[in-house]
Amino acid sequence: MTGPRALLAQTDPVIPDFGEGSECVVENRLFCPDWVRDNWAGVIQPALLEHVKLTLIAVAIGFVLSMVAALVTHRYRLVERPFVTFSAVVYTIPSLALFQLLVPVTGLTVTTVEVALVGYTLLILYRNILEGLRGVPAEVLEAARGMGLTRRQTLWRVELPLAVPAIVAGLRVAIVSTIALATVAALVIPEGLGYPIFLALREAFKTEIIVAGGLAVMLALAADGLLVLAERALTPWARARRTA
Amino acid sequence: MILGLLDDLGVFVDALEFVVDRRRLILEKTWEHVELSGAAMAVAIVLALPLGVVLGHLHRGSFVAINLANVGRALPSLAVIALGLAFLGIGFTNVVVALVVLAVPPILTNAYVAVDGVEPELVEAARGMGMTGWQIARKVELPLALPLIFAGLRTAVVFVVATATIAAVAGGGGLGDIIVNRAAYDLEGVIGAAICVSVLALAADFGLGLVQRLLTPAGLRQAASALEPDVVTGVTRR
Repeated sequence: MTGPRALLAQTDPVIPDFGEGSECVVENRLFCPDWVRDNWAGVIQPALLEHVKLTLIAVAIGFVLSMVAALVTHRYRLVERPFVTFSAVVYTIPSLALFQLLVPVTGLTVTTVEVALVGYTLLILYRNILEGLRGVPAEVLEAARGMGLTRRQTLWRVELPLAVPAIVAGLRVAIVSTIALATVAALVIPEGLGYPIFLALREAFKTEIIVAGGLAVMLALAADGLLVLAERALTPWARARRTA
Repeated sequence: MILGLLDDLGVFVDALEFVVDRRRLILEKTWEHVELSGAAMAVAIVLALPLGVVLGHLHRGSFVAINLANVGRALPSLAVIALGLAFLGIGFTNVVVALVVLAVPPILTNAYVAVDGVEPELVEAARGMGMTGWQIARKVELPLALPLIFAGLRTAVVFVVATATIAAVAGGGGLGDIIVNRAAYDLEGVIGAAICVSVLALAADFGLGLVQRLLTPAGLRQAASALEPDVVTGVTRR
């Protein structure tokens, strides 16, 4: 399968053309290892790396925004309702629609994709950070004040560390759901694992569907697994409590 | 600069015009969308809700019920639909199956967490009053579990309506047919359909919120809000 493959410009249903590949590819059997070997470096691997990049950028920006909003809320309270309502509405807009709705404003660019992906992380991260900060027991805050800690010191040394489990749990949900949503980004830009999936769906080319789709599923599950381990490593006290 | 922006936003006006001018097309596709989402939700509810409630009532199977939600949330819907197509072939049934796979986890997990989390003292008191297990489930646990159960249903319905859009790629029909076909309908058609999908998702969420209000016993009502979908509850609360 060589040459440029346009996704958005196509008008008619494509006449399947599986290239000059092996018999297996031409017959479009369920899985052709030779196609994977030939196209790994050119198609699959770049898509996988782009996917990871899209995800990490979105979660990083979303995390910073949510953290700032949560800290402001924690201190002043007044922004909570508007922020939650806004992010809940964004969360309800279907990803495919949101990507398209942003196209007139930001064009067929990475920006469009990242704005949408960031939007989806806000609700999850903001709620979890805030819940974590609010979950700190009053006695602990009292003790901190009694020890003479200022408000800022209390935040950095007491509240934030104690909020880590809730924050990491939120990050886990955010990263995994962003990986899932980023597949849809391929309708806007030719990047990420969604791109080979959409192309293969149009041509009903099974090998590529299975490889790219399977990789997207495995990437999400692997990320989830890794984050569970990170969650445990970052909160040793929680484990001590669990076994106790 | 401002004129440029207004120019950009003109697309939204064009999009609304498209929706009005081609209302027959839009209505037809919206109906397909509703059929697809409705079928998937119905199957998912029949499969997941009783199972979650029974497991929660018995306090059994927490590992499966909770981890299923994590796995389900992790699955990229596009990949699920694509894989379903590779193995099952194109068409309505295949798409419904893929949507059911995505809708079951939030429903099952929330139903489980909700019923499992009903305060033991209340169940104890009900038993002390001589209620049978079935009566406890129906008169005590279910009403108390209602808000969380509905949170799961609302998460699922938003997810299903959103994902049904992607189904167009797999021949499932619906508003996605317009969204993925910019060549035929131009940007205004795509945006118009995207607006319709968003409205449909918000309406489904809001509608379920209203049903939830109606079903919630008066004494519990103040806790529930029809406007805020509690999307993360089932996952973060263990």
